[in-house]
Amino acid sequence: MMQQIGIKSIDELYADVPKKFQLKKKLNLPKSMSEHEVREHVEALLRKNKSCRDMPSFLGAGCWLHHVPAAVDNIVQRTEFSTSYTPYQPEISQGMLQAMFEYQSMICELTAMDVANSSMYDWASALGEAVRMATRINNRTEVVVPKLIHPERYATLQTYVEPLKLQIKSVSYNPETGLLNLENLKHQISEKTAAVYIENPSYLGFVETQVEEIAEITHDKDALFIVGIDPTSLGVLKPPGEYDTDIVVGEGQPLGNHLNYGGPLLGLFACRDEMELIRQMPGRVIGMTTTMSGDKTGFCMALQTREQHIRRERATSNICTNEALCAVASAAYLALLGPQGLRELGEIIMMKTRYAMQELAKIKGVKAPLFKSSHFKEFTLNFGKTGKTVRTLNQTLLKRYGILGGKNISREFPELGQTALYCVTELHSKTDIDQLVQALRNVLGRKR
Amino acid sequence: MFQQARWDEPVIFKLGSKGRRGCSLPQVEAEVSKLANRVVDELPKAMKRKMPPNLPELSEVEVVRHFTRLSQMNYSVDLGFYPLGSCTMKYNPKIDDLLAGATGISELHPNQNESTVQGILEIMYTLSRWLAEITGTAEVSLQPSAGAHGELLGVLIMRACHKFNGDAEMRTELIVPDSAHGTNPASGTMAGFRIVVVPSNRNGCVDLKALKTAVSEHTAGLMLTNPNTLGIFEEDIAEIAETVHSVGGLLYYDGANLNAIMGKVRPGDMGFDIVHINIHKTFGTPHGGGGPGAGPIGVSRELAKFLPIPQIAYEEKRKRYFLDYDKPESIGKIRGFYGNVAVLLRAYAYILSLGAEGLEEAAEISVLNANYLVKKLREIRGFELPYAEKRPRKHECVFTAKPIFKERGVRAMDIAKRILDYGMHSPTTYFPLIVDEALMIEPTESAEKEELDRFVDVLKKVSSEAYSNPDLLKTAPYNTTVTRLDEAKASHPKTMALSWRMHQKRNVIKDASP
Repeated sequence: MMQQIGIKSIDELYADVPKKFQLKKKLNLPKSMSEHEVREHVEALLRKNKSCRDMPSFLGAGCWLHHVPAAVDNIVQRTEFSTSYTPYQPEISQGMLQAMFEYQSMICELTAMDVANSSMYDWASALGEAVRMATRINNRTEVVVPKLIHPERYATLQTYVEPLKLQIKSVSYNPETGLLNLENLKHQISEKTAAVYIENPSYLGFVETQVEEIAEITHDKDALFIVGIDPTSLGVLKPPGEYDTDIVVGEGQPLGNHLNYGGPLLGLFACRDEMELIRQMPGRVIGMTTTMSGDKTGFCMALQTREQHIRRERATSNICTNEALCAVASAAYLALLGPQGLRELGEIIMMKTRYAMQELAKIKGVKAPLFKSSHFKEFTLNFGKTGKTVRTLNQTLLKRYGILGGKNISREFPELGQTALYCVTELHSKTDIDQLVQALRNVLGRKR
Repeated sequence: MFQQARWDEPVIFKLGSKGRRGCSLPQVEAEVSKLANRVVDELPKAMKRKMPPNLPELSEVEVVRHFTRLSQMNYSVDLGFYPLGSCTMKYNPKIDDLLAGATGISELHPNQNESTVQGILEIMYTLSRWLAEITGTAEVSLQPSAGAHGELLGVLIMRACHKFNGDAEMRTELIVPDSAHGTNPASGTMAGFRIVVVPSNRNGCVDLKALKTAVSEHTAGLMLTNPNTLGIFEEDIAEIAETVHSVGGLLYYDGANLNAIMGKVRPGDMGFDIVHINIHKTFGTPHGGGGPGAGPIGVSRELAKFLPIPQIAYEEKRKRYFLDYDKPESIGKIRGFYGNVAVLLRAYAYILSLGAEGLEEAAEISVLNANYLVKKLREIRGFELPYAEKRPRKHECVFTAKPIFKERGVRAMDIAKRILDYGMHSPTTYFPLIVDEALMIEPTESAEKEELDRFVDVLKKVSSEAYSNPDLLKTAPYNTTVTRLDEAKASHPKTMALSWRMHQKRNVIKDASP
C-alpha cells in the first residue's frame, strides 16, 4: 500500500504536522494486554463492586431497579442493531428505523401524546431542552417548577437555560400532602412565564392530583405545560396527554434498561400534534413514508431541517447521537409487557410500596411517608424522632445488615429533617422489606 | 449480487392478539396483596388511568421474531464496510461488550455508598487520566453523553471562564470555520454565542487572514477540528492558536477526528484549551444505531475548576476513590448522575487491549487506509479530490462527484444509493458544505486491503454505470430492504406520520405492510 501511495514510511503522511507538536515520546499508557488479560483485569476490578443483585437496595431517585426480560437483552445484543450508525441511508437501515418508529409510537400510546422523538440523553437534559423549546415558541423569560423537584434535574435545567438568562421560579408545596400549592403557583405565574413544569409521580414519590387545575392555570397565562413522568407508572396513573399537557419528558431507563451506575439513561420526549410544537422539537424523529414508487411502506428520519447538520446555528438543538439502542430496549420491553403487563406492573409496585410504608410506619419514631398522598414506587422515610441521622443509619444498614438504604435527602431538602427517599419496585420481595424493617428496628433499638 | 433481507414485517401494532403477554412479573405475596390490594382503587379519581394504553399484545416468541427480523434488515459494522466519513465506524471488539454486561456494572445504582463501588470508580478515574494523557489536557470529565453534549459543556465552560474573568458580556462571538461540523455552530448558539463563520483557504484550511480579521475583544473562542473535515491537518495551528489566544479567546477541539492523531500529536500540545472525545468513534464502542455514545471533555489546568460536578477523585491518604462535589466554580450539572458508564467501561477495556503502541498504530493505519483510497479513487472517472491535492489526508478524504453531476446529471446522493446495492454502506454525502456533491470517506483502521480494493471496485462500477446508464443510479437502490424512499413525504405537514397513532388519525401514508 505504501508503495502505491508513493511513501517509504507512514511518518511521511504526518509530515505536515508541525515538528514542535509531533509527540516525541510514547503515550504514558499501560502496555497492550491480550484478550484474556483484559478480561481478568477488568473482572477483578468489577468484583470490588457490590451490586444491587448482591444485596437488597432501596435506592431509586431517577434510576430504578426493575426486571429486564432476557428477551430484551437478547434483542439489543444483536450486533445488526448495536454496530450500526444513525440511519442516514434509510433504505439499508429499515430495521433500526422501524424499531425506533415503534418506540416513538409506544411512548405516544403510554403518555397519550401524539409525537415522540427517538430519544434524549436522559430525563434531566430532556427537561432542559423542553424548557428551551417553550421559550422558542413563546419568547418568554421565566419558567415555573415545583420546589420538590429532583435536585439534579433542577441543576441540569439551570445549566441548560443559563445562557438564555431565563429565571427559574419555584412553587411551594402543601406541607401536609406535598402537592403543589396552587395559590403560590397563581402568584408566581405571569405573562412572562414560558412554561410550568411538574413531575408526576413527584421526586418524592407522591402522586400530584391537581393536574387539571395546574394545566388550567398554566394555559390561562398562555404558558406551556410540561410534565415529567416515570413511564412505569402509566399502567395505573392517568397519562399526561389526558390532562392537557403540551410537552412530556421523563426517564425511560426503567423500561428494559439496566442501572449501569446511572448511564446510559433514556430521555423521553413527546408533544402534541401541533406544527408549532413539532417544528421546535429537539432531537431525531422517525417518520413513516413510502417508496418513491408508492407501493411499499418504509421509515426514515423526518424533519431533519430542524437539526444541526442542516440548520447549523439555527437548529432547535445540537443533539445528534442519542440513546437509540436504549430506545429499542424499551420498545421490546413494552411489547413484551403489553397493556395488561404494564397495568400489573403498576399494581404490584403500588402494593409493595404500600406494604413497605405501612410496616416501616409501625417503627416508633419513624414516619413513612412524610406526606399524606398516594405514592408510587418511592416514598419519604423520616427519622426525626429517633435522634439518628440518615447517614449513620444507612452506614449501619450496609455494614451490619448488607442493605442499601434509601437515598439521603436531608441536605437536599433541609426543611424535611432527617429524611431518606426509599424505592420499592416489583423486584422487592416481602422478605426484603421485612428484613429492612427488622434491621431498622434493631438499629433503632425498637422492639416489635 | 447483494440482496438485503426483506421480511415484509408489519408494524408491531398489527401483530399479536388480544390478551397475549410476553413477560411474567414476580408474584405478590398473599400478606402483601391482602393488605394492599385496594391501593390502586384508592388512587384519586383525577389521576386514575381509565383506558389501558394501546400497546401491542404479543407472546415472547412473537416479540423476539419481530425484532430479529428487523435486525436482519439493518446494515451494520459486523456485516460489512461502513466508510461513513466523520463517524469512525471501526470494528467494536466483542470482549468490551462482554465485560459491560457483567452485573458488577449493569446492576450498580449510582447512589450506592462509595465503599461498594470502588471498582467502577477506579475504572472511571483511570480512564479519565488516560484520556487526559491522550489529549494532552489536565483534567477530564466523563459526564457528557455524546460528542454534541461534550461540545455544549465545552462552550459553557468557555462562557464560565469569561464570566469568571469579568468579560462575558463583551465576549459574545464564537468563531467556527465554514467546514465545521454542524454541531459546532449549534452548540455555540445553545450557549448563547453569536456564530462568526471564517472561510477556508485554497488548501481547505482556516484562512489565517480572515481569522485575524474576525478575532477581536468580542471573541469568546474558536471551535476547530484538526485534522479538519476534509481530512487535512491544519498546519497553521500554532498561528491559529496564537491569534485566538492573543485576543483572550479560547481554543476548542472538536474530537470527531481524534482517531487520526492518537499518539502522534495531542490537542493540548497544539494549544487547545478544551477538547471533547467521541468515545463511540475513537475508542471502539458500538454506535447503537445512533447511541448511546459518550463525549468526555478534557480541559487545561486553568479551566478544570469549571468542570461539572461530581468529578471522580482519588484520596491518597485513605486509598479510596470518591465523587468530589466540592467545586464551587463548577458550571453545575449537564445531566443526571455521572455519564454513560457502560460505554466508558468498554473504552477502558479498548485502551487496555491496544495500549499506547496499539492506539498509535490504529491512527497510522486509519491514515494509511485513507491515503490508499485517495490514490485509488482519483483514478476513477468522474471523481475529483478538491483542495490541496498534493497534501496527504489523515483518517478521511472528501471527493467531489461534480464531474459526474455535470456530465450525466447524477447526484452524489444517487451514487451513495447505488453503493448500497453492492452490499456496502455509502460514504457521508453533502458534507463538508464547502465541497459540492461531496462524498466523505473514512475507511478506519479496521478495513483490510482487500476490503478497500472491493470498495474501489464498487466505485469504479458505479462510475461506469453513471456514464453508461445514469437513470439506473437515479432510482437506486434496488437490492436493499426497500427501494428508494420518499423522504420529503415523511416531513411534509400534510403527509407526516411520526407515530402509529398519528398515522391512524391522518391515514395519508398508504400502509402496504401485511
